[in-house]
Amino acid sequence: MSGKRISRRAALGAAAVTIGGIGSGAIARQLLGAQAPAPLVPSVPDDATKVPGLPSGPLGVRSRFENPTLAPSGVATGASFTPLQDLTGTITPSDLHFQRHHNGIATIDPGKYELLIHGMAERPRVFTLQDLRRFPSVTRTCFIECSGNGRAAFRDPKPDMSPQLVDGLTSNTEWTGVMVSTLLREVGARNGATWVLAEGGDAAVLSRSIPIAKMRDDAMIAFAQNGEPLREANGYPARLVLPGYEGNMCVKWLRRLELVDQPNMSRDETSKYTDPLPGGIARQFSFVMDAKSLITSPAFPSRLSGPGWWQIRGIAWTGRGRIVRVEVSTDGGRTWVQAGLQGPVLSMAHTRFELPWKWNGAATRIMSRAYDETGYVQPSVDTFRKVRGRGTDFHFNAVRSWRIERDGRVLFDG
Amino acid sequence: MGASFLMDRTTSGQRPADRVAFHAAVICMLVFLFACGESPRTEPGPGGGDKGMSAGTPLPESFGLGAAPSAQRVSALDIDVNAAGTGLPDGSGTYAQGAVVYGQKCALCHGAKGEGNAAFPRLIGIEHRQDFAFSDDPKLQKTIGNYWPYATTLYDYINRAMPFSTPGSLRPAEVYSLVAFLLSENAVVSRSVVMDRESLPRVVMPARSHFKPDDRTGGSSFR
Repeated sequence: MSGKRISRRAALGAAAVTIGGIGSGAIARQLLGAQAPAPLVPSVPDDATKVPGLPSGPLGVRSRFENPTLAPSGVATGASFTPLQDLTGTITPSDLHFQRHHNGIATIDPGKYELLIHGMAERPRVFTLQDLRRFPSVTRTCFIECSGNGRAAFRDPKPDMSPQLVDGLTSNTEWTGVMVSTLLREVGARNGATWVLAEGGDAAVLSRSIPIAKMRDDAMIAFAQNGEPLREANGYPARLVLPGYEGNMCVKWLRRLELVDQPNMSRDETSKYTDPLPGGIARQFSFVMDAKSLITSPAFPSRLSGPGWWQIRGIAWTGRGRIVRVEVSTDGGRTWVQAGLQGPVLSMAHTRFELPWKWNGAATRIMSRAYDETGYVQPSVDTFRKVRGRGTDFHFNAVRSWRIERDGRVLFDG
Repeated sequence: MGASFLMDRTTSGQRPADRVAFHAAVICMLVFLFACGESPRTEPGPGGGDKGMSAGTPLPESFGLGAAPSAQRVSALDIDVNAAGTGLPDGSGTYAQGAVVYGQKCALCHGAKGEGNAAFPRLIGIEHRQDFAFSDDPKLQKTIGNYWPYATTLYDYINRAMPFSTPGSLRPAEVYSLVAFLLSENAVVSRSVVMDRESLPRVVMPARSHFKPDDRTGGSSFR
């Protein structure tokens, strides 16, 4: 995009005040005098070395040339998809973390927030947010993926699906919080407590049962996300984070943990978040997210401008530990080449892979498949469909393909 | 109380010889980690909170944080009902009462006959109850009658999350009556059944036997 084109667009914006040739916000404010404050969108200088730059402001903002947004969907209880094609590295910017809620985003006053831990506990306790922050804290990077991620791409693939619409219900974050094990120690879990019911303080009062072994192992109650308090849509002021487990269990706006001796059989662990399988089976408590990968570039809507060297880039992740290998095929799955993994490769976290590729200009299909440290291999679409059935409802981790057209267009190919 | 206990342990609780041995162990561990090319940063794992502490500060038995909740506070929040019926309140409801409540508070979203729409799920229907062919075709609609494995879930969910625009506003008698209505419309119980804390947990849902626990294990198998 040329600077001139942007300049013209900014000038046309009704709310924008264009101050051609004036680079200093202070001078601009002086000239504007007592006028009502309007967003200052100075034109882009032809040569940024010849005019002073903008003054520093109270918040860093994205370049005007970058406009990544979530893609909200649904009517009453929708989801908002992360723009995976716009991201590099592994961390998902907090405002682009995917969102899924079941009756809106709760607004909770942190001064009134309380977490009750009770049930089969020697010392039931109610903790304020301040209490939670006073415990030893842990910082850990891991992904959270909705187990419905990839449903539309599997059931109804369309050429104009971007990585965002294919698999945008996964995000990767540096979480900070208190380990649930620390709190269980504090309240004294009784023998016989085998499950923990986690409940949110949102309008859905969402509830899920979690095996106490997971809670003792690596579950945390996060109050921070990428170095600052959680975003409201991600569970402010505190949420559960269960590394490697499906997102629905990572209960947001967490208000209560009850230690119990059996799963509750709540709506979201029975009628939803269960997997219909061939043979008249509904698989229940399928918590772990299996290995998966997705090429995010080149991918729709980007276009290869011509033959030559390109980088095939994407992300891979698994709820069972580390990604150990990602293979890429550039000939529709006939041959596979090992891609490079960008370190550090973290357990249960998005892992970036990359493979240099010299495109000869012919039409072809590119795809990726992930291997995790348990020896698991991401299945092909055919295998997935055969084993799980066309109507299966969650955990869609089959290999995804992109079709490269001779004119350089890149289309989703299921 | 917690703080004084902590001080106890860190100042006089450890004998000097213990401390020397402990520091030696920490240094050995760090050398080992560097030698392996791993970052010495602690990673959460089993008991990760303990590992998150700075080296050399043993955890106290209790941090003494938080307060004992009052019984009223617990009962106000402890709204869940489990599959055994634990948590069900006093009260009861009938099909006839439920039909009225449904018409007033549910039909707007879920349809007069529980048929649902694009935004709100279908509630009533018994197709594929027998063949349970849901994995064959994504268009097959899962309902209370053909897919829900536990009747108690109805009480728990309606009570906590419905109606969508005024969640948590129903009285126990209204919830019981809606459960009676929906179970009867789904041909699970007869219209004469009175729903209460005794009868509801005894209802066996048709889909119950189809539910199996996760059998995936990672490794080379794909299930």
